[in-house]
Amino acid sequence: MSERVDRRLVLRRLAGAGIVLGGSGGLAWLGLASRGRFQPAPPARAVRDHRVAEEASRPLLVVARGSDPTAMVTAALAGLGGMARFVKRGETVLVKPNMAWDRTPEQGANTHPDVVAEVVRQCRAAGAARVIVTDNPVHDAGRVAVRSGIASAASAAGAELLSAAGATFAPVAIGGVVLSSWDVLAAVLQADRLINVPVVKHHSLSRLTCGLKNHMGLLGGNRGRLHQEIHASVVDLAAAFRPTLTVVDATRVMLRNGPTGGRLDDLKAVNAVAAGTDAVACEAWAARQLGLDPFDVPSIVQAEGRGLGRVAAGVGPVTEVGAGA
Amino acid sequence: MPELLRGFRRVYQGYFLLLFLAALALMSDEGLRRVPVRMLLQLDPLSAAAVLASSWLLPAGLATALVVVAITVLFGRAFCGWICPLGTLHQLASWLTRRLRHGPYQRANRWRPHFRLKYLLLLALGIAALAGTGVVGLLDPLSLAMRSFASALLPAVHAALGTGGTRPRTFGGAWLTAGVFLGLLAANRWIVRWWCRALCPLGALLGLAARTALFRIQVDEERCNACNRCARDCQGGDEPFAKHRVSECHVCLNCLSTCPEGAIRFKPFARAAAPAGGVDLPRRQLIGAALAGAAVVPLLRATTAEAGPEAIRPPGSLAEDAFLARCVRCGACVNACPTGALQPSLTTAGLEGLYTPVLVPRRGWCEPSCTRCGQVCPTAAIAPLTPETKGWTRTASAGAQRPVKIGTAFFDWGRCLPWAMAIPCVVCEEVCPTSPKAITLEPAALTRPDGRAVKLGRPRIDPDLCVGCGLCEAKCPVAAPAAVRVTRAGESRDARGGFTLGGRLP
Repeated sequence: MSERVDRRLVLRRLAGAGIVLGGSGGLAWLGLASRGRFQPAPPARAVRDHRVAEEASRPLLVVARGSDPTAMVTAALAGLGGMARFVKRGETVLVKPNMAWDRTPEQGANTHPDVVAEVVRQCRAAGAARVIVTDNPVHDAGRVAVRSGIASAASAAGAELLSAAGATFAPVAIGGVVLSSWDVLAAVLQADRLINVPVVKHHSLSRLTCGLKNHMGLLGGNRGRLHQEIHASVVDLAAAFRPTLTVVDATRVMLRNGPTGGRLDDLKAVNAVAAGTDAVACEAWAARQLGLDPFDVPSIVQAEGRGLGRVAAGVGPVTEVGAGA
Repeated sequence: MPELLRGFRRVYQGYFLLLFLAALALMSDEGLRRVPVRMLLQLDPLSAAAVLASSWLLPAGLATALVVVAITVLFGRAFCGWICPLGTLHQLASWLTRRLRHGPYQRANRWRPHFRLKYLLLLALGIAALAGTGVVGLLDPLSLAMRSFASALLPAVHAALGTGGTRPRTFGGAWLTAGVFLGLLAANRWIVRWWCRALCPLGALLGLAARTALFRIQVDEERCNACNRCARDCQGGDEPFAKHRVSECHVCLNCLSTCPEGAIRFKPFARAAAPAGGVDLPRRQLIGAALAGAAVVPLLRATTAEAGPEAIRPPGSLAEDAFLARCVRCGACVNACPTGALQPSLTTAGLEGLYTPVLVPRRGWCEPSCTRCGQVCPTAAIAPLTPETKGWTRTASAGAQRPVKIGTAFFDWGRCLPWAMAIPCVVCEEVCPTSPKAITLEPAALTRPDGRAVKLGRPRIDPDLCVGCGLCEAKCPVAAPAAVRVTRAGESRDARGGFTLGGRLP
């Protein structure tokens, strides 16, 4: 057998060895330089400030009284200058009712469906491209949406219902006193406008649950932890979420056994809807509807202390309008 | 000359086997950081490839695996024949059992179709790794050897000789670990180096790279008289006498010296004797293996969504998903843990977490200033902390980051002596190593069942100060389930796992 080495074979072998060694070297280099698949979540974004500029000629809070929820929402919004002041053509609006409990509208644990539907309708009329209604509920999301009556009323008014069960949450910088970051519904980050539509209820821990605590429905994660420092947590959220508009459903308020209620004699008919651009003023007004002094509610006091709004605008003489019969 | 080569190879094999055993011993030495024992495990291209596939990130040390790749494209699977300590042990076992194997060696050392299994395993495990799991390590030879020695064989030796000290190290599942290891060694009685030939996925990976080997066996067909004696001492079952299968050859070079005609040479740029390295892989088998590999992760995840509450991970561990992807189940941390608290998980960490490390406080505790587990981890699944970054022995707290928290202790008041029986006891508070102590004693005046009045302290825990070290559980005098027990609740590696707001009171 000849000892001759075939030139073509040598070249082919060297090329093969070079490809294997170079390929694995290249992969190693890529691996060393890469950030990896399991990097911790990217630096959290903050929720944007959704508010619009205050106008000196407009009140911070308008209360409409009447018996028809739809007419009251219309009247209250008109008092603030109409929805066109808050929602521009083509925008995406996220509407956050209290839609957290397996309760019917007459039980008053969730925002009244007619209130939500009228807010949606006004947004659409102002030209909103998309109106998303969502809440991350305490009870089962699918059942709550149906039983609260909000799913059918809101979609009939032109809203998309986003079920928290299948929604995406993203870590967001809260930058608060007790909360540094938390998982927030991604839809909030994508929305141009945020409209908070809470209902007024008693709450054993925070005394009152209305607009400020309603923000918790935009959160994911282990929310039970927040109740260890409920007042400070609620204020941290109020500092992180600055809604365009707050529409308070006080058609009926829950005096006892909140926030779940259940029995009809837990409720009191107030027959009012308040709309405002100052979240703290709305909260203070809501506290008054439960017969509370806003200065006895720690989260309201702390929120004002941190410059998030004015209690006086909710307890002083407020602009009242009538809404039909 | 060829006889001399055999001697050289034995010296290398012995050297690397001793190096491996020395690394095992050195891991429990305090002078650890001057001896980078994890280097030996980081030579492993299979670990490197698996970590790369599962997390798309290569811890810098694993780049040393390129040395083995370079050796392979030069000489073929010389790693298997000359370096791998597990291969050496299997070669020893087959030598010891040589008289038990009957029949002609040509038959004993024939290549068998089931030797393809290792390539199929490699494909299946590779696809599973791409889906984000580190289960590859279960079959990686260096990991297999390391964890078998660490958590089964060495403790068994100590048990037999009574050299384990006053607190001999015991490991759950040692019987299984040793059984698998010794069973594989016993297989040599029937087929020489059956593990290396049929199962080893690292051997398969190197076998693929060996297709391009520059140096390889060449048989001079003019001198060969077909006596087949080259198969006598063949380690790989690669059949030099027929069409030499370069992917299966362990480069032991025994055939060079057993050939009576001197017809076999190991030379550069030898012509390939058989196509595809001598191993044809039928497409149906490849597709089957790929499908099996793709099914692994979904089935594992469907079985256990997450590790159980008792799966306390070593300090510095990555968050659970990343940890399961990065850990190669080598057991180096288990070997290095000075208290024997780290245990290879059988069921605690779920099916996917088989042989990943968990801390079992009843067997030991996490020593406050110790960071050995992270120092020996070859893939940085456990970060190499320092006592300062671990933060359990800091003398000042100002401005420092919060200490690493691996879990939280919970009291079982129904079992605790002061709480349940009004019997004074302060052990947990006494051994609690944090400053200020996470366990404090609440003074109480109680009446014993016999009517005597006692004054004692009832222990309470501050979950935000507790780091989960397990000393309280390890030292609790209540037998069987202790009256204070640690779970992984509140571990700091999982930013969203906390159940308290972290003591950040306004």
